[in-house]
Amino acid sequence: MAQRYKSAQATTQLPAAYRMRVAITGGTSGLGLALVREFKARGCVVAFVARDAQRVAEIAKQTAAYGITGDIARKEDIHPVAMQIAGLLGGLDVLVNNASSLGPRPLRYLGDTDCEELELALSTNLVGPFRLTKSLLGALAASAREGRGAVVLNVSSDAAINAYPGWGAYGASKAALHHLSRIWQEELAAQNVRFLSLDPGDMDTPLHALAVPDADPATLKRPADAARELADAIVAACRDLVTRPLQPEAPTDVAPAAA
Amino acid sequence: MIAAATPRAPGVDARLLVLTASAELTHAPRASLVDFLRAGDLVVANDAMTLPASLHGVYLATGAPIELRLAGLQAPAGGDLRKSIAVAFGAGDFRMRTEERPAPPPLCPGDRLAFGDLRARIVRKLGHPRLVSVAFDGSIEAMWQGLARHGRPIQYAHVPRPLPLWDAWTAIAAVPVAFEPPSAGFVIDWALLAALSRRGIAFATLTHAAGISSTGDAELDRRLPLDEAYRIPDATARAIASTRRLGGRIVAIGTTVVRALEHAARDRGEVACRGSFVRPGNGVANQRIGAATALRIVDAIVTGVHEPGSSHYNLLRAFADDEALRRAGVALAAHAYRSHEFGDSLLVERSRTRRCEAPTADTRFAA
Repeated sequence: MAQRYKSAQATTQLPAAYRMRVAITGGTSGLGLALVREFKARGCVVAFVARDAQRVAEIAKQTAAYGITGDIARKEDIHPVAMQIAGLLGGLDVLVNNASSLGPRPLRYLGDTDCEELELALSTNLVGPFRLTKSLLGALAASAREGRGAVVLNVSSDAAINAYPGWGAYGASKAALHHLSRIWQEELAAQNVRFLSLDPGDMDTPLHALAVPDADPATLKRPADAARELADAIVAACRDLVTRPLQPEAPTDVAPAAA
Repeated sequence: MIAAATPRAPGVDARLLVLTASAELTHAPRASLVDFLRAGDLVVANDAMTLPASLHGVYLATGAPIELRLAGLQAPAGGDLRKSIAVAFGAGDFRMRTEERPAPPPLCPGDRLAFGDLRARIVRKLGHPRLVSVAFDGSIEAMWQGLARHGRPIQYAHVPRPLPLWDAWTAIAAVPVAFEPPSAGFVIDWALLAALSRRGIAFATLTHAAGISSTGDAELDRRLPLDEAYRIPDATARAIASTRRLGGRIVAIGTTVVRALEHAARDRGEVACRGSFVRPGNGVANQRIGAATALRIVDAIVTGVHEPGSSHYNLLRAFADDEALRRAGVALAAHAYRSHEFGDSLLVERSRTRRCEAPTADTRFAA
């Protein structure tokens, strides 16, 4: 699932008159901002979350998406953020857990990483997405029951799979998030809530610049391209759910009604 | 009955008293609720997310403290919160019994209130000095942000510690429209939903803006429940029709679900909704359900433990006769069941002796 993602073919159109409701964390820079723009361009109703109130206001104005100020790593922020998302969008079809922390900067060996730095990376990359997803599971499952589709995308990384020296805090937290996605996918399959864990690739983003300051931007993927591929994958998953019958009209061990 | 003073993980040690259709009583752990349901039944729950509907602030003309408890919308469920109906309180907070709270400053149309950076204006009084309609300033984003920052869940003195927002949400909370928790829904967790699915028991939801349960003022309390907006998804209306056609039961999780479904059953258009038993879409439940009510849709209810005389208790009289409810009350007291929103649960099946208006008139058109 976290392998480099190849753009989905064909099934990227949704039924007309369907306005997907999308929430994106870390929406004021890099991939998150590109996702806000991508989903807005596709006619979705979009809310994004980020920490800096001033930056949130600027991006909200620029993109005409709903901006919500909050820190995913703070327990106390999660439910107020979830409420604003569900209130402003009137429910939720797609949640993108994109906000990420790199861990210690510059990158450090695990032996040189402070426990608090590891905890912070886990708070932002694992526990925060867990809390936000959990608080919005009801909204997502309701959307699935109504035949709208419900998708959670956890933005992953090749560092979740490969053991890169120096990427301990980030890699371990992303590996855990990847596994969390897989288990959630198993547990919620019956509710038709779909979990994706996808690696957008190495992009020209502020986070990448922090990790690899001397990388040549020309060798990196543009966030807008990654956002388009991820949005295609989400729409394809959503479409799959929307066209599939949601729950059997007749329970399985009762004879079906004559048509 | 003892008031449950703390929220706890659902199903861990909570109990369930079952009052069957033949008026028999059974004690069970709440975690075994699924054992009292049958393949082919449909469980319907309220997926309203609880708003932090209590706002503490000041009456700007004098600086006097005031608490507003948002209690209703002037629009359908999911409508604009900036135009709300609210109950006003004076100084103090939930730790003081509502009956003992000082009155708010006398409120007049045009009076200004401040809750942090959220500003509001009294629009009019609604037939009682403490019941008002209010309009909040600013954009809808500002309203949600202000509520997220300054609002607290409405709570009462029997829970002494401040309730964090997460304890006021059920596992299935989806749309923030409830002014108090739709607390019967605390019985639901994801393991229960998986168990229902495994056993061929269907699950559906509606969204009902559960209102406030007490104001501390006898005259106002007599007006409760206030009108409550609800929305029934098409998928839920279809699931009800399909369940009824196949002879399954409709099991409501909570009084709000009964109120919404029975309202939508009375309200359905004969032509527009052929084959359906309830009208899907938005509605406002304004009826009272009690001993005289003939239920059309709901066959059983899962609810919290409520005192006789409350509107929640009266609603149970539509399901069971007074003698059976009296015996249930004795059993609840004898076995120290816990009452209120974080307490134990009751499953009441509609008594065989209760009238039911079977909505069969147009089922021949069923698709």
